Amino acid sequence: MKRTLFASVAIVAAACVSVPVSAEEMKAEVIHWWTSGGEAAAVRVFADQFTKAGGTWIDSAVAGAANARNAAISRTVAGNPPTAMQLNTGKQFDELVEGGLLADVDAVATEGNWKGVMPAAITAAATRNGKMYAVPINIHGQNWLWYNKAVLASVGADEPKTWNDAITILDKLKAEGKVIPLAFSGQKNWEQNLFNSVLIGVGGAQMWTGILGKRDASLARSAEFKAVAVTYKKLKDYVDAGAPGRNWNDATNLVIQGKAGMQIMGDWAKGEFIAAGKIADKDYGCTVLSNGSGGYVMGGDVFVFPKAKDPSVTKAQMTLARLMLTPETQIQFALKKGSIPVRSDVDTSALDACAQKGMRYVADKAQQMPSGDMLAPPAMIGALQDAISQYWNTNMSADEFSAKVAAVLKSQE
Amino acid sequence: MRLSLNSRISAITALLPALLVMLVVYIGATGWTVWMSLTNSRMLPNNNFVGLRQYEMLFGNDRWITSVHNIVIYGVLFVSLALSIGFLLAVAIDQRVRAEDTIRSIYLYPYSMSFVVTGLVWQWLLNPTLGIQHVLRSWGFEGATFDWIVRPETAIYCLVIAGVWQASGLVMAIMLAGLRGVDEEIWKATRVDGLPKWRVYVSIIIPMMGASFATAAVLLSTGVVRLYDLSVAMTNGGPGIASEVPAKFVMDHLFERANIGLATAAATTMLITVIAVVAPYFYWRTRKGEMR
Repeated sequence: MKRTLFASVAIVAAACVSVPVSAEEMKAEVIHWWTSGGEAAAVRVFADQFTKAGGTWIDSAVAGAANARNAAISRTVAGNPPTAMQLNTGKQFDELVEGGLLADVDAVATEGNWKGVMPAAITAAATRNGKMYAVPINIHGQNWLWYNKAVLASVGADEPKTWNDAITILDKLKAEGKVIPLAFSGQKNWEQNLFNSVLIGVGGAQMWTGILGKRDASLARSAEFKAVAVTYKKLKDYVDAGAPGRNWNDATNLVIQGKAGMQIMGDWAKGEFIAAGKIADKDYGCTVLSNGSGGYVMGGDVFVFPKAKDPSVTKAQMTLARLMLTPETQIQFALKKGSIPVRSDVDTSALDACAQKGMRYVADKAQQMPSGDMLAPPAMIGALQDAISQYWNTNMSADEFSAKVAAVLKSQE
Repeated sequence: MRLSLNSRISAITALLPALLVMLVVYIGATGWTVWMSLTNSRMLPNNNFVGLRQYEMLFGNDRWITSVHNIVIYGVLFVSLALSIGFLLAVAIDQRVRAEDTIRSIYLYPYSMSFVVTGLVWQWLLNPTLGIQHVLRSWGFEGATFDWIVRPETAIYCLVIAGVWQASGLVMAIMLAGLRGVDEEIWKATRVDGLPKWRVYVSIIIPMMGASFATAAVLLSTGVVRLYDLSVAMTNGGPGIASEVPAKFVMDHLFERANIGLATAAATTMLITVIAVVAPYFYWRTRKGEMR
């Protein structure tokens, strides 16, 4: 009896071990952080496509973006890399490329003419030393303004176009006193996101790239930057006492329920509106505030592929890269995720009004703005975040704040 | 003789894994951390020596300075309040009250909860639009204000409240054990002398309970140094950077902000501070031991 048990265990074990040995099979272990309902459904689109192409998808979802990145990066550095891993579009893989740890996807990119169909800022963010090292898969707009149409109508206001318009409406809502004018989630990253929206909306494109891209400390001391700082701080008059520490989705729900007028948030907020059964352009509106010089801040996600010795792994990686960017996958993915496709040549009729608006912004070269993550390393974004958060939460003056930002930019040299 | 040699070998063999773990994991990792703090490592560790530049950056960093201030405020208030409240609870229970077991369990119950749960519960209680302030106002106390958690200058005291709430039960248990260890004869003697009860506690019982106080203080102090989850769960360091703590500074810079050099410099500074506090105490303890 014992012997048969042992034998059967041995057979099972042997069977398990023998699977990866077969050379032709494509296996892809993918580390990502898409664990919520809509996100998991979106990543399933990739998995299904890969399975259809004859591969085996091994899903390694790790909850929390930072956790997932740490797990994937530690494994890559330790020499036991996953087949593919998710990162945010931007500087997060700089050091992996410098260390020679990533395989480039340039051949697949040239074959698929990615550069011809993607916004230049996105391809630039995926390219290092003239080669593409990452597959951008979606674009998230980070500086959307979401507003409750009924609430705005109650004070006779239309959709705002500039920050000045928005502040006029906020003043009216405040005077009326029935709702919270600006729904806000007082956590450091959202304080930074709101600041960024003002930086691009009031300061304009020059200011955006000057501060985050060129890290021009003298620009941070300019009168224009101080005007940005003053507008940002003014917004604090329109948030409620419960804002500090609130989660972003709770703030979105205040807008959904008509308890607040508007919110600045990335397009992932749309998921909340959809889940509440609200319809774009009917119950709620969406727009991007700008001073005319453009400014749709594009963030997003990419997949990178750690270098592998085994050719079957490389084959799986390149197949994945190709599949993720086919027009069909792109549209399916965007529908589930709430983001917009990274390709501009896909049929967008299935997308909702806000996503179509986003596609129009992205199609316009003047509107394309790379996100902070694309322009600056995480350490600098973090240092700015601390400065912004201090400015928002204390009675620091605009002058002190601009000196602080200048110091952060200077320390990055 | 042979037997004792054998037993010595087996003792060493038994200790070897622990010794290795200590050498490799504790000493080795600590040494590596100190070395990293002298390099310009960002996301990946490297060996580019930059001297003390990370420390210069660290002490020019507002958030770090705030974190250090906060941990001092938290440490002093948390340890002293938890000790005194825990002691008073123990004294109250020691008065031979009815349903002692139940009350004891209730007092000790918060300690069974993790800091994350504690933090979330208190976050809700202290939130002005959901918690205590809201309830008071809905009862008709229109002017009631309790918004410490959303004000930068008071947020750190909210962490103290939650921490004390969680730890007082543990202190009570330790103190109660100490109180029960006091000889009944002493109580009888004080009664004969006609001393008031509070006087007995202050002048006789407390001095006798040095060991209990030391145990509780050491346990609480380790909790202070590694304070992280409470800040994350309750305020996430906010509003602004008002309730940041050193351990959170290290974690955020190590992972989220991909700045290993700065994070390890902060960790090393924490280590040096702890050693600076603990070393004289140990020195004093060993000297005291020798003198005996």
